[in-house]
Amino acid sequence: MAGTMASQKPQTLIEKIWDRHVVVEEPDCPAVLYIDLHLVHEVTSPQAFQALREKKLGVRQPSRTLATTDHSVPTHDRSLPFADPLAAKQVAQLGINCREFGLPLFGLDSPYQGIVHVIGPELGATQPGMTIVCGDSHTATHGAFGALAFGIGTTEVEHVLATQCLLQRKPQTFEVRVEGQLRTGVTAKDIILALIAQIGVGGGVGCVLEYTGSAIRSLSMDERMTVCNMSIEGGAKAGLIAPDDTTFQYMAGRPFVPKGAAWDAALQEWKSLPTDNGARYDKTVTLDASRLEPMITYGTNPGMGMAITATIPRPDSLTDETSRKTLAHALEYMALEPGKPLLGHPVDVVFIGSCTNSRLSDLRAAAGILKGRKVSPKARVLVVAGSQQVKRQAEQEGLHEIFRAAGCEWREPGCSMCIAMNGDELKPGQYSVSTSNRNFEGRQGKGGRTFLASPLTAAATAIHGCITDVRTLL
Amino acid sequence: MEPFTKITSRMVPLPMDNVDTDIIVPARFLKVTDKANMEQYLFRDWRFDSDGTPRPDFILNQPRAKGAQILLGGRNFGSGSSREHAPWALLAFGFRAIISTSFADIFWGNSLKNGLLPVVVPPDAHAELFRLVERDPDASVTIDLASQTLTLPNGHAVNFPIDNFSKQCLLAGVDQLGYILKQEPRVRAYESAHPATVQTSVKI
Repeated sequence: MAGTMASQKPQTLIEKIWDRHVVVEEPDCPAVLYIDLHLVHEVTSPQAFQALREKKLGVRQPSRTLATTDHSVPTHDRSLPFADPLAAKQVAQLGINCREFGLPLFGLDSPYQGIVHVIGPELGATQPGMTIVCGDSHTATHGAFGALAFGIGTTEVEHVLATQCLLQRKPQTFEVRVEGQLRTGVTAKDIILALIAQIGVGGGVGCVLEYTGSAIRSLSMDERMTVCNMSIEGGAKAGLIAPDDTTFQYMAGRPFVPKGAAWDAALQEWKSLPTDNGARYDKTVTLDASRLEPMITYGTNPGMGMAITATIPRPDSLTDETSRKTLAHALEYMALEPGKPLLGHPVDVVFIGSCTNSRLSDLRAAAGILKGRKVSPKARVLVVAGSQQVKRQAEQEGLHEIFRAAGCEWREPGCSMCIAMNGDELKPGQYSVSTSNRNFEGRQGKGGRTFLASPLTAAATAIHGCITDVRTLL
Repeated sequence: MEPFTKITSRMVPLPMDNVDTDIIVPARFLKVTDKANMEQYLFRDWRFDSDGTPRPDFILNQPRAKGAQILLGGRNFGSGSSREHAPWALLAFGFRAIISTSFADIFWGNSLKNGLLPVVVPPDAHAELFRLVERDPDASVTIDLASQTLTLPNGHAVNFPIDNFSKQCLLAGVDQLGYILKQEPRVRAYESAHPATVQTSVKI
């Protein structure tokens, strides 16, 4: 078994997964990498299916493929028709494509429909040591299970459908070591926002991140998914965490995991994955979790983040001209004044959801703050569970009643206002605090302005209608 | 895919770092199921007002952008989402190459697969190019893929990196899928040696 023989060079988790998936690597060519699991959604796949038709190709491995509808689906009552005919057509097209090519689809009529990065893990399709791809940059989420999972474009979706393989170059390895204990009110979301603020949105380009250290080990699977999810926001295509007992306990009994003797064999394989002692990373960065505060972004990329108690940076403090222009442009878009705090800044909308923070533990965290309280009449608050399963579990616990009693909207699962393709969107000029992953210009609706934060910060902000440090409510 | 060999063109400067694929093609235009009309979505919210009127101050609406094949971008160009609509739209507008000091990984791969050449230059050359277009907006540079050089009007040549496989595919205008399809016997052998631990088609 790789990595256990004394004569073998110690390997990182990333290198082990890589080596186990190289089908062939010819001189002067990229490696042909085998893909264990291909996740498909309605937005980035139609042109790929069309290309298959034109080239008269089929799907090589339908049972290694899993499709769902999430990005452009409405989150209102599912018995109502789509308001947007284009979205309706796109969702219908995925159904046509899956039927024609024989792919399993967890569509709007499925009790397992949801955001692709929420349902993969909860169905047990996401497993340690796998290579997982999807035409979606937040595929890194699945790295929480010790899988090499990354986003691909539509041409690559076509490649994987046709061949179950991709041409890839071996990434560099980048260790993100997070030690120490998080303080009250500080969450996994704050770890990843702090990391991106530190390394920048281009800091991980060409690399796969491996998150290590005591703070990471003590995170639940939901929390690990939040961390890995935003690896792409640091420029890394993927980010992963070695599987351990937390991982195996989460997986046990889920529908698509191996059963019986196959589970035991898989477990043995998975336990061989963690990085060997003495293995070297190309880069390393360390974070002290015990010093982190709740984080919030102020600008138009996820690297423009700061502690919630800090003040907005001044473009004139930057010496490089393009950096200065970029920050000045961002603050102009956000209509924020350099040097001012964000605490107390009014918001119009609070969005709790997305593949970053829409799992049961996220909803519990938000409900914990909102219980017995009312949201500000000035703020619209949307709570969007990541999947039908999460929604059912939350309702069994009565979380929906807490949200509704507080004045929140409790909506059907989907990507919703993270990407604003489905009608859930900010109006021009509106501000939101959002538990999603991107604060790009127009991301939550044309002209909308996004502050990224944790579910705790989002819930606290909802109550006051302005940016609030959750620690004042704990 | 149209082959890429050599182009000589003006450059359209966009001196912003971390230009993301959401600004290149906003998500609300991703509801399409084909690749038609991509040109009109490019930099939509920087290019047009809410009523669709072109913003005269945005560089792509200025005469110098007309017919230009090279976009001179800031650092870490193409960050964010995996949407291939971004390179589709850049190509549909007429760009064949983007110059930066670095590119986001997924955008890089998507561009190469569509015949859009990402050209990575060192920071000093990058700064020199911005100075050049500021002095002379009509200055043309030549990008020659075979020799992997970008040549300035003064004859100064800068080398840029690209892996040989992608380079050969671009020069010939061939799709990378053909190469993977040719590996089918090896893929089959890999599959028989590595049974699946997931069967998504099983009813649950």
